[in-house]
Amino acid sequence: MAASQIHIKPKRFILFELLNRLGNNEALIGYLFILPSLIGFAIFFAYPAVRAVYISFLDWNLLTDAKYVGLENYQTLFDDKRFWDSLQVTVLYVLWNIPLQTVLAIFMAVMLERFSTITSSIMRGIMILPWLMPNVVVALLWLWILDPSIGLMNEFLKAMGIGRQPFMGSPDQAIQSIAGINIWRHVGYTSILVFAGLKTIPKSLYEAAAMDGADDLMQFRKITLPLLRPVLVFVLVTSVIGSFQVFDTVAVTTGGGPAGSTRVIIYYIYQQVFERRIKMGMATAASVVLFSILITVTIVQMRLLRSGESDLADYQ
Amino acid sequence: MKSLRAVIFIALILAMTVPLTGLAQAQDDVTIRYMLWDNNQLPAYTECANQFMESNPGITVEIEQLGWGDYWTAVQTGFVTGDAPDVFTNHLAKYPEFVALEQLVDVQPLVERDSVPTDIYYPGLAELWVKDGARYGLPKDWDTVAVIYNADMLEAAGIDPAVMDEWTWNPEDGGTFEQVVAQLTLDANGNNGLSPDFDKDNVVQYGFTNDWATAAGYGQTSFSVFTASTGWTYNNGLWGNEYYYDDPRFTQSIQWIADLWLEKGYAAPFADVSGLGSFALFQSGKAALTTDGSWMIGSYLGSEFPVGFGRLPIGPEGRKSMFNGLADSIWVGSKHQEEAWQWVKYLGSAECQNIVGQAGVVFPAIPEATDLSLNVRADAGVDVSAFTLQAAEEGGTFLFPITDYGGEITVIMQEAMDRIALGEVDAETALTEANEEVNALFE
Repeated sequence: MAASQIHIKPKRFILFELLNRLGNNEALIGYLFILPSLIGFAIFFAYPAVRAVYISFLDWNLLTDAKYVGLENYQTLFDDKRFWDSLQVTVLYVLWNIPLQTVLAIFMAVMLERFSTITSSIMRGIMILPWLMPNVVVALLWLWILDPSIGLMNEFLKAMGIGRQPFMGSPDQAIQSIAGINIWRHVGYTSILVFAGLKTIPKSLYEAAAMDGADDLMQFRKITLPLLRPVLVFVLVTSVIGSFQVFDTVAVTTGGGPAGSTRVIIYYIYQQVFERRIKMGMATAASVVLFSILITVTIVQMRLLRSGESDLADYQ
Repeated sequence: MKSLRAVIFIALILAMTVPLTGLAQAQDDVTIRYMLWDNNQLPAYTECANQFMESNPGITVEIEQLGWGDYWTAVQTGFVTGDAPDVFTNHLAKYPEFVALEQLVDVQPLVERDSVPTDIYYPGLAELWVKDGARYGLPKDWDTVAVIYNADMLEAAGIDPAVMDEWTWNPEDGGTFEQVVAQLTLDANGNNGLSPDFDKDNVVQYGFTNDWATAAGYGQTSFSVFTASTGWTYNNGLWGNEYYYDDPRFTQSIQWIADLWLEKGYAAPFADVSGLGSFALFQSGKAALTTDGSWMIGSYLGSEFPVGFGRLPIGPEGRKSMFNGLADSIWVGSKHQEEAWQWVKYLGSAECQNIVGQAGVVFPAIPEATDLSLNVRADAGVDVSAFTLQAAEEGGTFLFPITDYGGEITVIMQEAMDRIALGEVDAETALTEANEEVNALFE
C-alpha cells in the first residue's frame, strides 16, 4: 500500500504542473476556446470549399463516374455569354442594393437616436421585424404586392396619381424591384447595427462641437460619420458579401427572368445543377470564380476603409 | 426499497425488449415512399394507397406531396443523396434526363414476367415511356388543352359560347378567333377592340390571356394550340435530334400571339402574366378567354364567376391539342424494388384508376376510368367535352416532344420567348438564334 502511494504522488504532481503551465499560456487557452467553432468551420466550410475547387476540374454529375477535364469547365464558363450576363446582373443588383440600404440605415439610426428611449426601443422592435421573416415568405409577400395587374402597389400608385408599373415583369425594373425587396428586409437590421455604433460615440464630443457653433449637419459629417467607421466597415463588408450571394428572392419571384434580366450569379450556378442535368463541374467552377471576386472585393474594401483603425483617439 | 428495485428491474427489461420488437416489425414491414406534385390528386391517391395496403399487408405506402417547383429539385437531390422516393410521378419533359442519368428502373422485364397488359390504356400513352426497348413507367393519366371562358363576360358582350364550335384561326389575320377576342376586350371608355375608338393603352378587360411566362420550348397550354394547327411540328419525331423553332409557320404564329399584346392590346401584356401568372389574372376577372390543360378544370371551377370550357379554334391544318401523359416510375436506388413494382402495377391498374376517375380531378389513362370521371362531372353539371372531344378526334392531338436536353431547351427557349413577348426582338430573329443553340446541344 505505502509503496504504491509514494509512486502515485509524483505522477499527480507532474499533471498539475503541466496544467498550470498550460493555464499560463494564454495563446493556447485562446485556441482551446475557438476550437469548437474551428472544428465546425473545418468540416462545414473549409473542407467543402477545397473539395469544390477539386470538383471544378471534373466532368461529374454526382451519379456516374467523374472524369478529370483540367481547365475545360473554366474555358466553357468564360465562353458562356450567360455567365458574363449573370455577373453583370449581380453587380447591378449590388449597386442598387448596398448604397441605398446603407444610406437609409444610417439615416434611420440617426433619427432613432433622437427619439426618447421608449419610442426608440419600440421603433427598433418594429424595424427588425422584416429581418425576422424567412426570405421566402418576404419574397412571396412582395410577389403579391408588386404583381403588375392585381398587386397592391399599383393600386397605391394609382391613388397617388402615378401610372401602373410592371415591376418584376419588365427587365427595366426587375432587378431594382428585387433590390428593393431586400432593402426592405435588411434596412432595419442594418440601422440597428449602426445605432449601436452611434451609442459608442461620446456625447461630450457633440456638446463641445455645439459650443463651437457646429450645426447638426456639420456634427454629422465631422463627428458621427468618421467615428462610425468601424461599424460601417463591418456593415458594408458583410452586406456586400451577402448581396453578391442573393438567390432566394430571385428563385421565388422571377426565376431569373424576364429574359434573364434577374439571373444573378448564384442563380446561374443553381441552373447548372438543377436545370442542366447536374453539371457539378461547371457549377463549382462558377462558385470558385465568385469566391475569388468576393475575396478581392472584401480586401479592397478593408484597405480603403482602413478597417483596423479607429479615429476616436484623434478627437480626445 | 425492494419495490423500487423491482420497478427498476422491470423497466430495464422493458427497455431492452421494446427495440427488439420494433426491429422484428421492421423486418416484416416494407415502407414504399411515393411522391406526387398535384395536391388536388392527393385524396384519390391516398385512397388508392389504403386499398393497396389492405390487400398487401406487408407493404406500407407513404405519400409525399410537393409543389411542382420544389418537386423536381427534391427528386433530383434525392437521387444524389440516396434519399429519393421509391416510386414517383414522372413527366415526359423530365424523364429523358433521368434515363440519361441512369436513375430509372426498366420495368419491361417485370411487365413480361407478370404479363401486365399495356394495351388497356389510351393508344399511344404507354409507348411514350419506352426507349430502346426499355420501359420506364406505367401510364396513369392523360390531358388535353381547351379554351376556358368567363361566362359573364361572354354574356355581357352578347357572344354565344357556341361560336367556339366553329371558330377559326390563322397566323395572318387571326381568323374569327381574333374577332371574338377583340370583341371581348374593353377599354376604360367601354369601347371594345373592334371599335375605331378603342384605346389599346387603357384596357380594363382583356379578351385573352395565356401562360406565356412558362411557355419556354413546349408551350403546352400557350402557343402549342396555335403553332401545331399550322401543321408545324417541334422536331424530327420521338427522341429526335433536330428542332424546328426557326420554321416560318412557327415564327409567324409566335409573332401573331405576341402582337396580341404588343400591337393590338387584346391580351394581357407579358409583365401582367409573369408574376402570379395568367390563371390568377383570369380568376381576378381581368381576362375573358384563356387556354389551359384539363388538369386545371377543378381549379377554374373554383372561380367566383361562372366558367365554361370551349373548343380550340380550327387552324389551317385543323384543331390540335397536345396529348400529354404522366406515369409512375421506380427509382433505381430503391431498396424495395419488388414492392415498389407491386405498387406501380397497382397504380397502373383499373382498380386504382377507377378511384382516381371517381375523384373527377384528372382523366385516368384507362378509358373506362375516364368515363367514370366524365360521369362525375356530368352529375355536377359541368361540360368538359371540349377536352375529351379533342382527344377523340381523328388527328386532333399530337404528343409531347420527347427528346434529350429538356432542361437546357427550357432555359434557352424561355429566354427567347421572354424577349419576343417584351417586344425586344422579333420572333423570326430570336427563334432562328435560339434554334441554332438548341440544335447545337445534340451535336
